[in-house]
Amino acid sequence: MSTAAQPRKPWTPSQIVLTLLGTAVSAAFLAPFAWALFTSLKSETEAVQVPPHWLPEDWTGQAWKALFETGNITNWFVNSVVVSVCVTSVVLLVSALAGYGFARTEFRGKSALMGLVMAGLMISPAVLGVPLFTTVQQMGMVDTYWGMILPQCAPAAMVYILYKFFQGIPRELEEAAFIDGAGRWRVFFTIVLPLSRPSLAAVGIFTFIASWNNFLWPYMVTNNPDLMTMPNGIATVMNSYGIQWAQLMAGGLMAGLPLIIVFVFFQRQIVAGVAHTGLAGQ
Amino acid sequence: MTTSAQTVIAPVRAGTAADSVTARRKQGFQHGGWFVAPFLVLFALFVIWPLLRGVWLSFTDANISGDSASFVGLDNYREALQDPLVWDTLGHSAYFTLLVVPCITVLAFLLAMLAHHIERGKWLWRLCFFAPFLLPSTVAANLWQWLFNPGTGMINYVFGIETPWLTDKSYAMLAVVICTLWWTVGFSFLLYLAALQGIPGHLYEAAKLDGANAWHRMVHITLPMLRNITGLVIALQILASLQVFDQAVVMMDFLPGPEGSTRTFVQYTLEEGFTSYRVGYASAISVIFFVIIAAVALARMWLLRNREESAR
Repeated sequence: MSTAAQPRKPWTPSQIVLTLLGTAVSAAFLAPFAWALFTSLKSETEAVQVPPHWLPEDWTGQAWKALFETGNITNWFVNSVVVSVCVTSVVLLVSALAGYGFARTEFRGKSALMGLVMAGLMISPAVLGVPLFTTVQQMGMVDTYWGMILPQCAPAAMVYILYKFFQGIPRELEEAAFIDGAGRWRVFFTIVLPLSRPSLAAVGIFTFIASWNNFLWPYMVTNNPDLMTMPNGIATVMNSYGIQWAQLMAGGLMAGLPLIIVFVFFQRQIVAGVAHTGLAGQ
Repeated sequence: MTTSAQTVIAPVRAGTAADSVTARRKQGFQHGGWFVAPFLVLFALFVIWPLLRGVWLSFTDANISGDSASFVGLDNYREALQDPLVWDTLGHSAYFTLLVVPCITVLAFLLAMLAHHIERGKWLWRLCFFAPFLLPSTVAANLWQWLFNPGTGMINYVFGIETPWLTDKSYAMLAVVICTLWWTVGFSFLLYLAALQGIPGHLYEAAKLDGANAWHRMVHITLPMLRNITGLVIALQILASLQVFDQAVVMMDFLPGPEGSTRTFVQYTLEEGFTSYRVGYASAISVIFFVIIAAVALARMWLLRNREESAR
């Protein structure tokens, strides 16, 4: 905060050393991305040459072309968008309502239910994958969008984060509105929600990242290649008939780049969002 | 503010008006059940019900089709305690956790200190260290599988070594750990960075006036101020690392790795459920796993409460 307001400082020796160190570490962090990009621009035969070399000798878009022509990558991309957008919208609505309900309203059995939600923080598809699958199977939702989306829509963590946030809003605002005769729902939608925009953005961003990148649950619940999301399709279908590395790297970049591009543009909000959702667990 | 003013003024106007105002104010917060209802429906269907169902299935010999399950009592649990694969895979997940948690905590702290203290281009450092976290786990895993690949991989080439990363049981889990560090350190890095930015600058200025050097300032101001966030990072990492699955299976082509050395506990439960179709047994070991995860989470809550009490 304070650094932004200050005028630029001169290059001191310690700043030069730190910047050089930062550059070296960043290069190490980015090298795998560069390796993926260069591999995707080689031909399949050049990609597997021993010993490896960084830059392609023959720059070619072959792998990218093949990716779009032969695979179902466009299907996967659309599925990923559909699933992540649905999950994010439902989570935002449902957890904002529930967070407010727990923070501000009274109803019978509230504290017991809150305890249950806290217990829900410890449950994930990784822990309860098999019984979750048989439940979804019984509902007839295996290999459907519903089956992929709905089980991702009950995140106790997000309810907890918004609950903590709503508790911090001063009650007086709402009380004044009640006295003026506004209904509970109107107060929620016109006063509370606009006040909580930063927290909602944090929850939304975090949910979108988690859902876009989710592998385990879509992997369990889909067998039909047409219904797979990007991470799942790339990991299962593209890995199954003898890996073609150039294509695999191109597919991986296509799955990863949208979020990275979004990050470059919305960096401040995303950083605040991740820090906020993480720090709420404190 | 408004409330106190209202209550003071109200009696002057009329007693009944004051009553109705308080009533209305209170009524706004009554009967909130409808707010939580949509979440509770989803939560009950996809969290609580599977948990109860898992507990029930763990006492049966259910298979994947769900029919003809009969009650077998504690047989599944008895078998689990004697199943060497339960202990092996639990050990692999614990080994992974033991390697990842300290490394990620230290690395995230160092990266955050670096990004915090370089005065120029903060957004660029943040982007570089955080970008890997934005990749799907499977993409990160494929990328590192490719980097570790014998012969064609860059790691061995760059460092001039011939380590059989993915095919030797003493290196396989290490390869998964390295991939995980690169992929997930960005998240903890951001938490540390946010915490560093939250330390009030006057603490450092005061210390400087007292003649404290950079090292003293770090040991006596930065580290103590970061205690809470370190606890959080460690707790989140332990819980996430125990549940490792994605990177390990993808890097090993959905196999258990050399001599089964990267088969994690989650992977074992899924194999039992979906490959061996033993849903009852898979549920039993999932319940055991849930108890372990819950114990870790409760231990953290207990530690936090103890610390709060001793701080008082």
